Amino acid sequence: MKRTMLSGNEAIARGAFEAGVKVASAYPGTPSTEILENIARYSTIDASWAPNEKVALEVGIGASFGGGRALVAMKHVGVNVAADPLFTLSYTGVRGGLVLVTADDPELHSSQNEQDNRNYAKFAKIPMFEPSDSQEALDFTRLALEVSERFDTPVMLRTTTRISHSKSVVEPGEPAAGPSTAGCIEKNPAKFVMLPGNARKRHTVVEERLRSMEEWACHQSFNRIEVGEGKVGVITSGVSYLYAKEILPDADILKLGLVYPLPKQLIRDFASRYDTLYVIEELDPFIEEQVRALGIAVHGKDLLPICGELTPARLNKALTAKDVQNYFVPSEPLPNRPPNMCPGCPHRSIFYSLNRLKAFVTGDIGCYTLGFMEPLSAMDTCICMGASIGNATGMTKVLDPEEARRVVAVIGDSTFLHTGINGLMDMVYNKSTATVLILDNRITAMTGRQENPGSGYTLMGEETTRIDLEALCRSVGVKHVTVIDPYDIEHTRNVIKTEMQRPEVSVVIARRPCMLVKRDPVKRQPSLAVDADKCTGCRACLQLGCPAIEWQPDAGDKGKAVINPLLCCGCGLCSQMCHFDAIGVRHEG
Amino acid sequence: MKDKVTNILISGVGGQGILLASEVLSEVLMLAGYDVKKSEIHGMAQRGGSVVSHIRYGAKVFSSIIPEGQGDILLGFELLETYRYLPLLRQGAKVVANDLKILPPPVTLGREKYPENIPQKIRQAFPDTLVMDGLAVASRAGNPRTANIALLGALSTALPIETSYWYETLQKMVPERFLEVNIKAFDLGRQTAASQI
Ligand code: SF4
Ligand code: SF4
Ligand code: SF4
Repeated sequence: MKRTMLSGNEAIARGAFEAGVKVASAYPGTPSTEILENIARYSTIDASWAPNEKVALEVGIGASFGGGRALVAMKHVGVNVAADPLFTLSYTGVRGGLVLVTADDPELHSSQNEQDNRNYAKFAKIPMFEPSDSQEALDFTRLALEVSERFDTPVMLRTTTRISHSKSVVEPGEPAAGPSTAGCIEKNPAKFVMLPGNARKRHTVVEERLRSMEEWACHQSFNRIEVGEGKVGVITSGVSYLYAKEILPDADILKLGLVYPLPKQLIRDFASRYDTLYVIEELDPFIEEQVRALGIAVHGKDLLPICGELTPARLNKALTAKDVQNYFVPSEPLPNRPPNMCPGCPHRSIFYSLNRLKAFVTGDIGCYTLGFMEPLSAMDTCICMGASIGNATGMTKVLDPEEARRVVAVIGDSTFLHTGINGLMDMVYNKSTATVLILDNRITAMTGRQENPGSGYTLMGEETTRIDLEALCRSVGVKHVTVIDPYDIEHTRNVIKTEMQRPEVSVVIARRPCMLVKRDPVKRQPSLAVDADKCTGCRACLQLGCPAIEWQPDAGDKGKAVINPLLCCGCGLCSQMCHFDAIGVRHEG
Repeated sequence: MKDKVTNILISGVGGQGILLASEVLSEVLMLAGYDVKKSEIHGMAQRGGSVVSHIRYGAKVFSSIIPEGQGDILLGFELLETYRYLPLLRQGAKVVANDLKILPPPVTLGREKYPENIPQKIRQAFPDTLVMDGLAVASRAGNPRTANIALLGALSTALPIETSYWYETLQKMVPERFLEVNIKAFDLGRQTAASQI
């Protein structure tokens, strides 16, 4: 095929296709999301969104045990959710090849922590490949599936944001003629049923597998030495390899494609040639510690940062102690431009109401996490997907009843179905008194509008059963379930207020599709306008934080509000905020 | 020419079409025979936040992000976001700036001030600056939403790339019913830039 520009995620999808993958499953999460979206374009692969990463992996395991090749993708924190089946899968091994892609996010561009998932490979005793660019992302995906079958093990493929979302030139290959035949049942309980007696035996197999892989990896071209001037040696992998080439173009480089298990003999031989040896890696001293354990002296985290992305500039500063000389620096402080909920976002009035009701809000992961930002400022905790409900339960257990009434858990529809439902079961079972708000915008919005079991469509765009959230909540024992329209501010506030007072669990479902969903009938209304004669400059409308409402400090005595017609989608929230009837429909002309 | 790496930045506000513009640009550069790398951050930053895309091309490109202070060209879709990323440029770099203000939340709320006279400030630091009203050019082409392509047209005058690669790429990436207006926007952007040199 012709040369083409692919992102790391697109390249992984292409690699899966070329390798004859039969089943792919994932839960969306930046920066991994586009892997499944691109796989969905290949008709030979059954691609689906799972409600969470654990389920996604379990689907992949099933496909592999049935004899088909499988790919499962998630972001770094998603592996925490999938860790339970993962560690045992390491023992059973596979039938069809299985690759688990973990897309890590150094610098936390859109994540709640910065964990380095190379540690999972070591912890779970699973081999891990780490590509440096899109071409390798494609090649290593194919390779990972072959290695998976050859060594009877799941294989992890780790990318980072700069690999996932960078595009580089790729030459795609032809689909492999490989063993991508139809699945068939093969009974083998000694391998697939991990009762203690069986698992004990498999543990020995796992250790033996790592030993033989390590030797094998010493002679594979994905671990290669690039000869430079012979003065300094560098051991590196992944995106750090590119930065090393950029900053130390003349160094000798041992570029590792497989970061676990490490090719120890190859490392020993390489290291023996240099007085100065660097291990250049992002985040944890993962390679460095293992190299040191071999008795080899290296420079690594004594010079390089352990937090945040490694960039060419940071690497340069670390190695040469020279800061970048910026030719130009603005002389004035520039206003920040933080992300904001879209104009017309259905979540806006919820956080406005929670703020006014002085609720203590246990939050969750999604667009609504932005409810934390000013001026809404109504989110007090945020830990991980699905945690808000459990956090609220725990909180109410330690507060006196009056204080406990203030506790409200906020969670999105997708997040609720991810793992929030488990928290709700516990909440009911253990007699918490908190209120749960499910912000049902009919989509997984934060990651770019992916379908979920509550949206009524599959990843392939087929219509499917839509989970009935009200019935689901009732079936786990919630007696008070109310559905509201968040576009009605007063009603929204009153319902939340009433439910907060109730000394029992109650669920409020705020239902309105996300403004950006194309398929649902979300009609843009004509934009609204402020009547300058009526505007008193009271600033009440600004409390919504809608990006379309702009403040003109010089108008009138106190300033006035204006609405940017290009941004406004006519949701009508601001007109409900204005006590002076100053906001109405803009008349064209 | 081909052995030196050229560094281009495209900055603006999430939702302005920066991703598509950088996509088109890197495709063009690849067709013209260069090694190309492009990097950007998706996710939270996209929701009305500040966005910057890095594009590097040459005979062989390693890092996909541009080392600070080594940017050769900055294409800015919004004035504040053009101003914000100037420190990434080297001395003598070229700037193509869209004459458009989108107020960030702290400014709409009246808490912080939008800097004044940005075009003059850019020009002072980088004499090779072109400020163009992308919206006006796009409207002349027939659709205000093609401003990003008009800006690419302006940028194209600074690159050693034949226009045929641009047309080929637009053909591939723009839906057919919008192709004509996009090509017109591209040509008008190019002319506007040429007339100001
Ligand atoms: S994408 Fe949808 S849910 Fe997210 S902020 Fe925008 S309107 Fe709200
Ligand atoms: S709420 Fe009404 S009166 Fe008050 S600033 Fe806004 S538009 Fe003007
Ligand atoms: S109607 Fe008001 S709140 Fe809704 S988008 Fe327009 S300006 Fe924003």
